[in-house]
Amino acid sequence: MATRTNPDSALAGLLPEGVDTERVLIHGGLIFSILLMGLPLILALIMSTQNTSEVYQVTNVGVGSQGLSNYETALTQYNFGQYIINSIVMSAIIVVGKVALSLFAALALVYYKLPYERAIFMFILLTLLLPVPVRIVPLFDLMSRLGWGNTIMAITGPYIASATAVFLFRQHFMAIPASLVENAHLDGVGPLTFLWEVLIPMSKGMIAGVSVITFIYSWNQYLWPLIIMTDQSKQVVQVGLRFIQGAAQSGLTQWGLIMAGAIIALLPPLVVLIVMHRPLLETLAIQQK
Amino acid sequence: MSNISIDGLTKKFDDVTAVDNIDLDIESEEFLVLVGPSGCGKSTTLRMIAGLESITTGDLRIGDRRVNDLPPKERGIAMVFQNYALYPHMTGAENMKFGMNSVSDYTDDEIDDRVEEAAEVLDILELLDRRPGELSGGERQRVAIGRALVREPEVFLLDEPLSNLDAKLRVQMRAELLQLHQELDATTLYVTHDQTEAMTLGDRVAVLNDGRIEQVDPPQVLYDYPETRFVAEFIGSPAMNIVPVDLEYDGDSVSAVHEAFELSLPNGDRFTDQPPAAAFGVRPEDVSLAVNAPADAQTFEAEVSVTEPLGESLLIHCYVGDDELHVKAEARSAISPGDTLELAVDEDRLHVFDDTGSAVYHSSVREEAASDTVYTTPEP
Repeated sequence: MATRTNPDSALAGLLPEGVDTERVLIHGGLIFSILLMGLPLILALIMSTQNTSEVYQVTNVGVGSQGLSNYETALTQYNFGQYIINSIVMSAIIVVGKVALSLFAALALVYYKLPYERAIFMFILLTLLLPVPVRIVPLFDLMSRLGWGNTIMAITGPYIASATAVFLFRQHFMAIPASLVENAHLDGVGPLTFLWEVLIPMSKGMIAGVSVITFIYSWNQYLWPLIIMTDQSKQVVQVGLRFIQGAAQSGLTQWGLIMAGAIIALLPPLVVLIVMHRPLLETLAIQQK
Repeated sequence: MSNISIDGLTKKFDDVTAVDNIDLDIESEEFLVLVGPSGCGKSTTLRMIAGLESITTGDLRIGDRRVNDLPPKERGIAMVFQNYALYPHMTGAENMKFGMNSVSDYTDDEIDDRVEEAAEVLDILELLDRRPGELSGGERQRVAIGRALVREPEVFLLDEPLSNLDAKLRVQMRAELLQLHQELDATTLYVTHDQTEAMTLGDRVAVLNDGRIEQVDPPQVLYDYPETRFVAEFIGSPAMNIVPVDLEYDGDSVSAVHEAFELSLPNGDRFTDQPPAAAFGVRPEDVSLAVNAPADAQTFEAEVSVTEPLGESLLIHCYVGDDELHVKAEARSAISPGDTLELAVDEDRLHVFDDTGSAVYHSSVREEAASDTVYTTPEP
């Protein structure tokens, strides 16, 4: 390293002997990026402890006067506990339904020799072009005809069929050696036994990964529940946040309260993410292949 | 144990004919090896017998039943795969048991007993509680064979079971498979691309090429009396020397004339056809240095290009005219590239193939044993 660039050597002069300039720069850059990305979250945490007027003082970035009372208000007066439960129920149903349905679909594609198998798979992938927001009008019509409006069916049903999950499971199953499937064929082991005793135990990581992704995706749904659920007590947490904004205090939006609600809404997916981060990373690694 | 009888078996994948009208009878308790280069249709044949591939045309009988349309589990077969096909999340015992409930009527206790028995035969009792990930290649293969044993099938089908093992283990497992076959006397069909495995394991060996059977015979007959040029070159390592010659017929005396030598072929009356030109075949170990041959032997000269010491012998690459010839000489012979050698051939071990590749002449007569019936594909 005979030819150092100028800024480097300037920095090197400031550093104690034996510290690698390059590493200092890299780590400095990383810390800066993390702060930048974490800033909204940090600000939300701070604001959740402030009252409305403190929030509007732009320079006030210290812990506010409210302490945890905003959280208490959100949970008691604004019924956040109920919203959280509603959201958990909705997400859990979507996770279980989606994983089960996708496993069966992938099993059908891999275990059986179907005519036009590729075309069927392509058709499933085509549904990626039509996510729920695009289908809102016909879906709303369908739900009201089915009489599912304002029920848990309405906010879970449309999410259960998933091309992404079918795709991930299919790819994963296809990576399992064909001889394992053939071995089962030789013994006349039925597809359901094979799914339950072989494919699912061999796909635990993938199932966990898809579950986490699905949970967070379902948790963050806003538009569709807002439209289809009319009963406020059955509403999900993301829409619940919107209700706080509606309840303005002397014309001012209670940002402190909203931030407290946002932090509460963030906790369950955070817990899920932390508990399941390992299989999730596994799944993402497969997706990148 | 049952015999397998294959009659006109054909498999077509769209336009490609993978297996072309083969006839084969595998006797009860016989160990038959299907051998051939990759893509010759040997695995497809095995998979048709197992029921993993549908049969395009032809008849397949196991015992006295026609099984063409039976699902695999009703055919009375058990198969061992090249990659072992063990379920990674199950222990050895669980792997052996999995599927037993659907393939047989045994109770759970009986299945446990059978697993125990099979494990004893294969000496893998201590592997039963371990998962495949904790086993070596050889141990996995034993568990996979154990799984086949537990099913007590009419017929064992093995698809290149030793290919994933290292060379040393392969030799060891080969011996163990032979021993196992002697103990069980099960009808066994074994697929491999390795001619050494085919020669050492098979009671009889069927050589496949391009979806057709070239020859079915006991290993030594296959080696000594190849019916086609393909078999001659495929069986044996190093391969048989084949050089083009012109043939001159004078009554029963026949001479093979090459640009660099002329040999009079003994027992000229054994020619089944009299082509003017043909391929002359002699195995490397049937060519010797003239000094080691009988005094009256016919000799010719060759120029050495490369020598390969094989340990127990010295493999000499040499040229007669423009054709290369491999000669197995005694180890430690003082021969170096550039030398000119005086060579002689073993006159009992000469072969001639016509330009369709069929053998028209072997210099000695094949002794027909009672058991060695020859099966060939019908002429197209």
